[in-house]
Amino acid sequence: MNPSNVVILSAILFSIGAVGVLVRRNAIIVFMCVELMLNAANLAFVAFARTSGNLDGQVVAFFVMVVAAAEVVVGLAIIVTIFRTRRSASIDEPNLLKY
Amino acid sequence: MINASAAVWAEGAPTLQEVMPAEGVFSLIWLLIALPLLGATVLLLGGRRTNTWGPYLAVLTVSASAILGILMVVGLMDRGAEERSIGQSLFTWVFAGQFEANMAFQLDQLSMVFVLLITVVGALIHVYSLGYMQHDPNRRKFFGYLNLFVAAMLLLVLANNYLLLYVGWEGVGLASYLLIGFWQHKPSAAAAAKKAFIINRVGDVGLSIAIMVIFVTFGSVTFDDVFGQASEVNEGTLTAIGLLLLLAAAGKSAQFPLQAWLLDAMEGPTPVSALIHAATMVTAGVYLIARSNAIYDRAVWAATAVVVVGLITIFMGAIIGSAKDDIKKSLAGSTMSQIGYMVMAAGLGPIGYVFAIFHLLTHGVFKAGLFLGAGSVMHGMNDNVNMRRYGALRAAMVVTFITFMAGYLAIIGIPPFSGFWSKDEIIHAAFERSPIIGSLAILAAGITGFYMTRMVAMTFFGKARWEDDAHPHESPKVMTIPLIILALGSTFLGMALLFWGNIETWLEPVVGFSTSTSPLSTEAVIAISLTFVIIGSIIGWISYARREVPIVAPRGSLLTRAARADLYGDAVNEGLIVRPSFWLSRLLIWFDGRVVDGLVNGSAALVGGASGRMRRYQSGFARSYALSMVGGTVLVLLALVLVRLS
Repeated sequence: MNPSNVVILSAILFSIGAVGVLVRRNAIIVFMCVELMLNAANLAFVAFARTSGNLDGQVVAFFVMVVAAAEVVVGLAIIVTIFRTRRSASIDEPNLLKY
Repeated sequence: MINASAAVWAEGAPTLQEVMPAEGVFSLIWLLIALPLLGATVLLLGGRRTNTWGPYLAVLTVSASAILGILMVVGLMDRGAEERSIGQSLFTWVFAGQFEANMAFQLDQLSMVFVLLITVVGALIHVYSLGYMQHDPNRRKFFGYLNLFVAAMLLLVLANNYLLLYVGWEGVGLASYLLIGFWQHKPSAAAAAKKAFIINRVGDVGLSIAIMVIFVTFGSVTFDDVFGQASEVNEGTLTAIGLLLLLAAAGKSAQFPLQAWLLDAMEGPTPVSALIHAATMVTAGVYLIARSNAIYDRAVWAATAVVVVGLITIFMGAIIGSAKDDIKKSLAGSTMSQIGYMVMAAGLGPIGYVFAIFHLLTHGVFKAGLFLGAGSVMHGMNDNVNMRRYGALRAAMVVTFITFMAGYLAIIGIPPFSGFWSKDEIIHAAFERSPIIGSLAILAAGITGFYMTRMVAMTFFGKARWEDDAHPHESPKVMTIPLIILALGSTFLGMALLFWGNIETWLEPVVGFSTSTSPLSTEAVIAISLTFVIIGSIIGWISYARREVPIVAPRGSLLTRAARADLYGDAVNEGLIVRPSFWLSRLLIWFDGRVVDGLVNGSAALVGGASGRMRRYQSGFARSYALSMVGGTVLVLLALVLVRLS
């Protein structure tokens, strides 16, 4: 199986995720875009694992999912807290931590 | 030529004397110093409680030292000539690696005559001060300082190594500073004290460097070690040591070019001028040169420099002394001039050392007498020092007049007064070295005749030019008796030392001696120098006793005005040293403020400004951080790809 198509799909997904992180203001959307980037990476891992015929890539994909789940727990908790204090989920508004 | 003369000098140079253990009365050498030191300690630490009896204690300690000194000289005379160098070591004072300096004393023929001069003249001046300082509220302190001076001076002449000598050297400098500034409520006295101290410091630096060079060269600072090995050291090193010691001597003895302090030092009380700035401390330079004869005998250039410095100072002092109206400053100029004679003689080599010390002794006595006489005159004239307001005092103060005349005849060198013997021997020795030096010395003797006659004529003869409230009177006995004793010394000391004391054979084992082979006979020298002295005196007499002395000083010739301004010694120092130092320090301040501080502050401002810009990138927007992360990643990837491709 030629992995190049899958890798290209993975690259497209990653780019969409990256652009989404950079241009969107809503924290939830940004979060989802981060997930998109992680899963684009997962897709690439799995594709390469299939071509090379060992399981290392697949295992890494599982690890990424676990880390992503943990990240979601922490990240969503932060977003909810911010929303409670500011009545908004925009990530541009909490900008007090600066020069 | 240099080698030839060096060989000649080596002939007269002394061989090192064997040092005898201190026995009998000589086991008390330390007590000579300890007594006045004890007096100084009690008086200066005891405070007001010692006000009433303190001055008498000070007189007592110095007199006890003087008696001890006389006992010792009798003891030395009893011994054979080769047994007259006595050493006493108290304890190891400084011990570091190879360096060792002991608290050790050496009493030999040279130290002995100094001990006598210091303690006997010192005791007389202490007694005189009882009268002179009677009404001074701080006289306890005065006597404490005087005792401190005597102790330090004795340490200077009794030390058996250069380091201990240096302690005494600094000690007398301190005492001199304290006593010049004794009336420190007068700004001029305070300034004079500082001036003396600072100019002396220049000489002291010379001495300290000389000691360092001596230690590096000889591995020891003890006189015996240094002089014993002097013949094995090359002439260049010895010349360097000799010149550094000359710098030290010039500072302490007010010789050119460090002469400027002595005239201002007359701000101190008159007994101080007599003891420190005429009889003893200012002769320490001569002592240093005579003591280091083993070095100068082998470093002819250094010795020649000594002669030149002495000659210049003889004339500077004499010219200044001829123009001053202040009786003490005129005497100070004369002191400079007479010490110039001694320094010059000390530079002549073995033919001169003995006579340098001889003149030092006679000068110490007659100049102390002259200063105390001047003090006695001032005492009777409401402390006025201006000779233009004296005149015709011979009837008002007979004892002072007669004793002053004894000193006067001694200093101008009229036989048989003491100065005649010593000064003529110096002139005779100078002729052997070079006719030019001898002629200059004779010319200066003529000027001596002039300025001393001028002083005597203005003070004791002519018409009375007293201020209205002046009631001249003779001083009390406590002042006149020391004057009489010193006058007797001025009259007879020269003959006593020469004919009875045999000063040449006495000093020869320490400083060496070679008889003069001068082309001029002694009689011829005496005749010529007496002629010059008499001519000078007659000019002085005609100008200041026959003619009316104006109360306000006339403008005077160019030379007179220059001499009144101390031959511009201060201006030269100001122009050559003080102003350039100011400029240099201003330059350094500017350099420090602008360049050094500029660099430091500039780099700090640069970092501060740059980080001020940089921190603007910490905007607080999470998305801009994300963008920079993405951008950075892309850059890294691009770089990797480029590396792969190439």
